[in-house]
Amino acid sequence: MTISLKPSNSPQEKLQPTGWLKYLSFSLDHKVIGLQYLVCGFLFYLIGGSLAGAIRVELISPLSDFMPREVYNQVLTLHGTIMIFLWIVPVVNGAFGNYLIPFYVGARDMAFPRLNAVAFWLIPPSGLMLITSYFINGAAQSGWTAYPPLSITTPAAGQIIWILSVLLLGGSSIFGGINFIATILKLRRPGLKLMQLPMYCWAMLGTSILVVLSTPVLAGTLILLSFDIVAHTGFFNPSLGGNVIVYQHLFWFYSHPAVYIMVLPAFGLVSEILPIHSRKPLFGYTTMVFSIMGIVVLGLVVWAHHMFTSGTPPWMRLFFTIATAFIAVPTGIKFFNWVATLWGGKISLNAAMLFSCGFIINFVLGGITGVALAQVPFDVHVHDTYFVVAHFHYIVYGGSVFVIFSSIYHWFPKFTGKMLNENLGRFHFIITFIGFNLCFAPQHWLGLNGMPRRVAEYDPQFQLINQISSVGALLMALSTLPFLWNILQSILYGNEAGDNPWNALTPEWLTSSPPPVENWEGEAPLVLEPYGYGEKNSKNTQESMK
Amino acid sequence: MTSIVPKEQSSERKKDLSIEEHEDFRLFGLIAFLIADGMTFAGFFAAYLTFKAVNPIGPDAIYELELALPTLNTVLLLVSSFTFHRAGKFLEKDEAKQCQKWLLITGALGVAFLISQMFEYFTLPFGLTDNLFASTFYALTGFHGLHVTLGSIMIMIIWWQTRIPSGRVNNENKFPFEAVELYWHFVDGIWVVLFIILYLL
Ligand code: HEM
Ligand SMILES: [Cu+2]
Repeated sequence: MTISLKPSNSPQEKLQPTGWLKYLSFSLDHKVIGLQYLVCGFLFYLIGGSLAGAIRVELISPLSDFMPREVYNQVLTLHGTIMIFLWIVPVVNGAFGNYLIPFYVGARDMAFPRLNAVAFWLIPPSGLMLITSYFINGAAQSGWTAYPPLSITTPAAGQIIWILSVLLLGGSSIFGGINFIATILKLRRPGLKLMQLPMYCWAMLGTSILVVLSTPVLAGTLILLSFDIVAHTGFFNPSLGGNVIVYQHLFWFYSHPAVYIMVLPAFGLVSEILPIHSRKPLFGYTTMVFSIMGIVVLGLVVWAHHMFTSGTPPWMRLFFTIATAFIAVPTGIKFFNWVATLWGGKISLNAAMLFSCGFIINFVLGGITGVALAQVPFDVHVHDTYFVVAHFHYIVYGGSVFVIFSSIYHWFPKFTGKMLNENLGRFHFIITFIGFNLCFAPQHWLGLNGMPRRVAEYDPQFQLINQISSVGALLMALSTLPFLWNILQSILYGNEAGDNPWNALTPEWLTSSPPPVENWEGEAPLVLEPYGYGEKNSKNTQESMK
Repeated sequence: MTSIVPKEQSSERKKDLSIEEHEDFRLFGLIAFLIADGMTFAGFFAAYLTFKAVNPIGPDAIYELELALPTLNTVLLLVSSFTFHRAGKFLEKDEAKQCQKWLLITGALGVAFLISQMFEYFTLPFGLTDNLFASTFYALTGFHGLHVTLGSIMIMIIWWQTRIPSGRVNNENKFPFEAVELYWHFVDGIWVVLFIILYLL
């Protein structure tokens, strides 16, 4: 009996809206939902990016009054919140996960298509709600961390809206995580073993485990925080006997894993892209899988490295330093595996590859400063300075955003059936890479020399460096233009891509571009060696030579 | 084309999923959801215990917490887990009438729990905002009560579905029933932990 598989198996239901209109409707097709995530996320990225621009304009001079202090704090808070909860998390998980995972497990859709659509449609309203809060009584101004007592004592309206929308976005990401777990573990095509799945599946499995274990804790914490604001309970209010440190523990129990929720899927995507464009098998598949799971486990036990200056007792500091340092091991394994995958390969330096290589470089730098930050004496020195800002932008921008661009260049032909212009893409990469490093590398220096973060005014000695940083930000903003132009041109006049322009072996390329509603005509292919490029004895040799 | 296993003889897509595998992945999703829900409680428990460790003057130190009602509540929930199980047994045997009876009892026990908790709230000498521990107390029991409320509503829906002829819950389609049952056992389990942490520790 197969009848009860209605949602994923009844084409009538999926086919209802046609043309581009389907992207504006409640579709149950995982491919449509994936692209909805992607485009929606990108729109929020443009908003969040404009806010970053505003911050950088304010910081051009030590005492500029581009915006009032209160507005600066609101802009800073919105920027951080939008970038994390509305851009990176939905895109690296929701967009690419929804699009690719059903292909990778050989299914026609996600396990719970309706839940999937609901998860996506929670995002635009909560995002808009967050932004409108700026115009109603002012947005939240306590940073994306919403530390009490600041978040309790600043005007309530904006903070409550902030909490509500983060709760909804958290719910969306939990629904997504549940869906991915069920899809990867239980919807696999018969005959496909776990250890034959493309690496992105493993990354998404690990990420989803993190989502399911840690996001609910954030939700609970924010509910308590909202009680503090609305009902004047005293959970986190020291003047009522509450304890702000408990908030920090609970918050970072989510928010440290959140960085892995942002980078693990990016690791997975890079692991798909590198082998294809260097025509070599992914190096060390098994170690890659174990390192992902190692990162998941360790990621859950290191949260208090964000609290070294919060009066944590020495034994705790020692424990969290050591645990954090250990994460460098699985991460290092992944790094060396990527390099080994590239080593001696037939590398084609197209835009997708360039962005992936850019990711590897930036991520190493961000990782090194991360290990440095895990050392208590060093952290005490640079805590809450621009060093931290530089570090996490190397991870989230240099890591995740670079991978998002790489993935767009790589999968755009699949999404649309059209090729992007490679030269424009390379140009986009160069501007982004220069702009990014110009913007954030100098901030290490700022931090080491004591410029605090989250300030609108600073000591004049930092002016020159801040201006360099702002120029970098301007370059990054400009780099979006060739990208958007490229997309537009390609959709209008792009060359036909064909089904498999990269000669790839992973399953999504074994169907037409864009794929039919049911993913494959006839039976789903059984791909046992997604990375069998160029090996002598590989079953896939003939395939990849074609 | 060696990487792609050739189409099986049958051109039909009959191999997509069998009904058992189908149930299987729904159960998987449900378990993942319950783990997530459990983590919310875990966060609350952790917060409560830390508050208590940092500042050990809880309501139980200032006031004597009455044990009578919460103990009664524990019994109510444990019995209801058992009655739900009975209902499931009858569903398997296709004895709709018996199944409905036991479901109704389960639902009634859930509602009784909520009423008894109301009573407890009215007799407590402290209010939500009195002090940190009063707040945590109400947050925990209230959040759990919300779960019991939702569970009771779902039990009633299941009950209704087994009653009407066109209902979607029967021996052929047990999943909704099993899902609610698993959820209910989960909520009971949380209560036992909560009871120990809040009233006994
Ligand atoms: C488009 C390029 C970007 C620029 C120029 C930029 C710039 C900035 C600046 C100047 C700050 C203020 C730092 C401070 O005063 O503490 C900041 C904060 C922040 N940014 Fe970005 N950013 C960019 C992209 C991103 C991305 C992609 C993310 C993704 C997660 C992100 C996440 C954050 C967060 C979480 C904060 C901290 C907000 C807070 O302290 O509450 N940024 N950014
Ligand atoms: Cu961390």
